[in-house]
Amino acid sequence: MNLEKYILAVITTNKDKVAAGTGVFYCDSKQEMESVTANLEAILDGIAHGLSDELYVIVKH
Amino acid sequence: MTEFTLPIAFGIFTGTFSRLLMLRTDYRQYPTYLHGKIIHVALGFIASGLGAVFGPAIIQEEYTAITFLTVAASQFREVRNMERNTLTELDNYELVTRGKTYIEGIAIAFESRNYLVIFTSLVSTLAYLLFNIWIGIIVAIASMILSHYLMSGGKLKEIVDIEYVEPRFDGAGLYVDNIYIMNIGLPERQKEVLRYGMGFILKPKSFNARATIANLGQRQAILHDVSTALGVYRDSGTPALVPLAKRDLDDGRVGVFVLPQDRDIEKAIKVIGDVPTLENAIRMSTEKVGMKHES
Repeated sequence: MNLEKYILAVITTNKDKVAAGTGVFYCDSKQEMESVTANLEAILDGIAHGLSDELYVIVKH
Repeated sequence: MTEFTLPIAFGIFTGTFSRLLMLRTDYRQYPTYLHGKIIHVALGFIASGLGAVFGPAIIQEEYTAITFLTVAASQFREVRNMERNTLTELDNYELVTRGKTYIEGIAIAFESRNYLVIFTSLVSTLAYLLFNIWIGIIVAIASMILSHYLMSGGKLKEIVDIEYVEPRFDGAGLYVDNIYIMNIGLPERQKEVLRYGMGFILKPKSFNARATIANLGQRQAILHDVSTALGVYRDSGTPALVPLAKRDLDDGRVGVFVLPQDRDIEKAIKVIGDVPTLENAIRMSTEKVGMKHES
């Protein structure tokens, strides 16, 4: 199956920002968030987009 | 040997020769060296054979023989299919794809080249038969020049002005000039993109050019050609490092963002300028009655 424009994962440091619905990864610091995002980007073969300082999403294009 | 043997041989020779002239493997590395070339020379040989027997058939009053030209037509449509299928299959494994419009353009070119071969061998055989070999040679050269003229399409630099612009980030958004390209979240990636990325602004010279470079296939062709000529900083599994071309909706300029391995601005501008304007992308909006625009 080919997914197009689909949010694969959400990485955030702010628990209030995201509800369930997709893979959500809570991180304690911005640094941790960036390293998790970099890893997930490579694993999921998606692009990490920054929505705000505390919220990244990984999207399959 | 009949009276027709030499003229037919002459026609086949000129036809095959003109196919060889039109067969160029350049930076696009297509047709592939050597096998891809052999296929096309062989098909050119068949085409010139078909063209060469046309004249003798007419002179012998074998008019039904003309119907074999329809066989030729379906044969070379098959060539187009073959090229399309091959290139589409291969495109899946390109780091920067050619895109369907470019592929279709190449496929059409291969089909039409065979018709030009038929034309060349047909007229040169006919000239040989009706006059003599010298007139035949002159006609052959003239039709080769005509073929060459017909085969050379336009270049992008004829319809746009190209300008280098350093790409920049505004938050997570990547911009070339004021054209938004994409959102890249990770600061690490952003650094990479700024280090290797180059931005170009294509400013259309006319209203028609504006519609032509808006075509997604044309834009993909630009990205593919730049990536082929200058290399690309990208691998599978790094979808964030992707060359993109986006359009300014206000004035039709196109912002091209590429990640070449050879970061030479002059060279890159030359490569972009030499990208063929794909005939499937060309728009002639101003040809529509009552639609004359000043731009």
